[in-house]
Amino acid sequence: MNFIDGIGMISPQQTLVPGRFPDDVVEYTADFLKCIEPVYKTYIDPIPLRRMSRLIRMGISSARMCLADAGIAMPDAIITGTGLGSVEDTEKILSDISKEEKFLNPTPFIQSTYNTISSQIAIHLKCHNYNTTYVHRTFSFESGLIDGMLQLSEGSSTRVLVGGIDEMTLNHLNITRRIGLWKRQPVNNLQLLNSKTPGALAGEGAAFFLISADRSDHSYARLRNVSTLIDIRGSYRRDQAIRNFLLQNQLQPEDIDLLIVGISGDAVFDPVYHQFASDFFPNTPLAWYKHLCGEYHTSTGFALYTAAQILKSQECPEILLLNHKVPSRLKNILIYNQFRNINHSFLLVSSTD
Amino acid sequence: MPQRILVTGYGIISSIGNTVQECYQSMISGVPGIGRICNIDTVLRDELIVGEVKRTLPELLDMAGIEPEEGYSRNTVLGIIASSEAFHHARLHENRQLSTGLISATTVGGMDRCELFYNDFLTNETRNAYIDSYDCADSTERIASRLDLTDFITTISTACSSAANAILLGARLIRSGKLDRVLAGGCESLTKFHLNGFNALKILDQKPCRPFDKNRAGINLGEGSAYLVLESEESQKITGNKPICELKGWGNACEAFHQTASSPDGVGAYLAMKKALELSGLKAADIDYINAHGTGTDNNDISEGKAIETLFGNRIPMVSSTKQFTGHTTSAAGSIEAILSILCLEHQVIWPNLNFSEKIDELNFLPVTRLITGEPVRAVMSNSFGFGGNDTSLIFTKI
Repeated sequence: MNFIDGIGMISPQQTLVPGRFPDDVVEYTADFLKCIEPVYKTYIDPIPLRRMSRLIRMGISSARMCLADAGIAMPDAIITGTGLGSVEDTEKILSDISKEEKFLNPTPFIQSTYNTISSQIAIHLKCHNYNTTYVHRTFSFESGLIDGMLQLSEGSSTRVLVGGIDEMTLNHLNITRRIGLWKRQPVNNLQLLNSKTPGALAGEGAAFFLISADRSDHSYARLRNVSTLIDIRGSYRRDQAIRNFLLQNQLQPEDIDLLIVGISGDAVFDPVYHQFASDFFPNTPLAWYKHLCGEYHTSTGFALYTAAQILKSQECPEILLLNHKVPSRLKNILIYNQFRNINHSFLLVSSTD
Repeated sequence: MPQRILVTGYGIISSIGNTVQECYQSMISGVPGIGRICNIDTVLRDELIVGEVKRTLPELLDMAGIEPEEGYSRNTVLGIIASSEAFHHARLHENRQLSTGLISATTVGGMDRCELFYNDFLTNETRNAYIDSYDCADSTERIASRLDLTDFITTISTACSSAANAILLGARLIRSGKLDRVLAGGCESLTKFHLNGFNALKILDQKPCRPFDKNRAGINLGEGSAYLVLESEESQKITGNKPICELKGWGNACEAFHQTASSPDGVGAYLAMKKALELSGLKAADIDYINAHGTGTDNNDISEGKAIETLFGNRIPMVSSTKQFTGHTTSAAGSIEAILSILCLEHQVIWPNLNFSEKIDELNFLPVTRLITGEPVRAVMSNSFGFGGNDTSLIFTKI
């Protein structure tokens, strides 16, 4: 059994206070949604802090928030997922070497390495346990969860720390806009569905979860299953995959009380979610989250945070709901996210009882 | 009894050969692949020597049978060549009812193209085909697409232990029953990006690297790719593949010491080797050979050497580094060196630690300095340690 026992969430919303989903939503009109950052010196010593780039700061801080929330000092494993790692550091080096190859400052090079966050957390905690990093687009965080749950099932760990971290920069936004990932103009995040244009609203976030084999009195929810599916050839294997996923977990579509999908305001790919919802969950209340955090490779970290808060509080904030159906019960939540209709992921979260 | 993990296929491309057979020939003949930089336009080309795959990108594309379409990074093509060799060796196209995963490792990803085209990325549309190839997942997805491996795919990056962690995850997914077979390994091409990065850290030797030598002065970087096919015993009964060896143990631990330096006593290395040994059920005395991480940096070799002394006491197995042959292939090193270690089991040999002349003062053991034949080789340990102290150790045994 995998219980979510602690959460640390840095996002474009007011998620720094643990324990509950923010009451008020932050509204933006912007090219991308940027995280509201904590006071870093609360979590990181001032001397190492000075040299750390933004993603590393966000990663370490959210991990520490999560451990504090769970009330534990030393996890049995540290696992991170990041689609892009420290974009800021990578850009610094690329910009330097594209002008002139001269002696570089080694710090951005070191920090550009994807495992920097997981190893920096280990250094801060002096944690010698299992430590790894996944870097597979929208599977990065999911792969981390799959590994973490495997650790628990192997019995080698009872408490694993799993996080998903990604940042956006203006340069990276401009580059990846060329291949159609993002909206061409700044948009209002709360009017996102009115835009009806191709491309998502970009975002970022750092989410850490302490997943425990045992339930505690402050457990948020149970992470029952995570599955990823790649559909490179457009062979519609996803439909079979969701049937199998429900079957494996001995659930019928009616058992899902709330479906949280990765609708991002992208006129090209949002229909994938609507079709999925109407094909498999026509009567299920539908929710979304990317108007709050934006689109990024590890955005399901925000979705899992949302699902865990909903299950713990037994309340679903109205700002999340899409289809005017209000959940009558909050026991099982299914999260479905996809990227370019190629990378599909399912996360099943249930209440602790 | 936990499920046995059998190795039933392998593939490799590196500076010492484009296939497993070619690499074996170079190793047995004692011919290293280190030389001048030919494929990268860098100011460092007159200063540094590297283990480069001796083919240009168009030549590699041709070798892989890929039409010269846009969007392929050098890293991806190296990955396709090595993974295809392993795929065909273990006939993964057959028995499609078995669930088969692909776990790949890289850190530089498509940086070789990205660093060439970065200004275009910023200013115009001419290189859009390469924008997607920048990230780590691109090579994995292109391999998955060509080989039609879609039951489970992911990408790992733990710096220089990445490919070892890919193999480790593959073994765990098989043992847990989630997959029947896994193609696991890594790919890494040389780039201006990390040549300059390592150079800035002042850990590159301008001469051939000298692991475990008193006068060692750093790394020769290298490139390449290697993949293993892992199968459960049940799967192997169905496929009928001849097992090459067994993956008997694996261990992952973290130094938690410094972002780019190992601790003086090598606590991460010690814990990784110890975990692998415990899982394998073997005793320390059963290990015949350690293919060391042995980068040739001042720091790594003392730290790893101390860890070996702590774990093995006064019965230290034969130890050598093979990075004098291949260069340090960073994220691919874990799988390239796993295969070089497996070749020791298959051919009953132990590779020499080239370029050695004088023992490190702080260590009490000598590496193997000549090719050993005629000694039984039943169990080998392959070490891979990365920046951030991500240390992984694998143990392979003869069937």
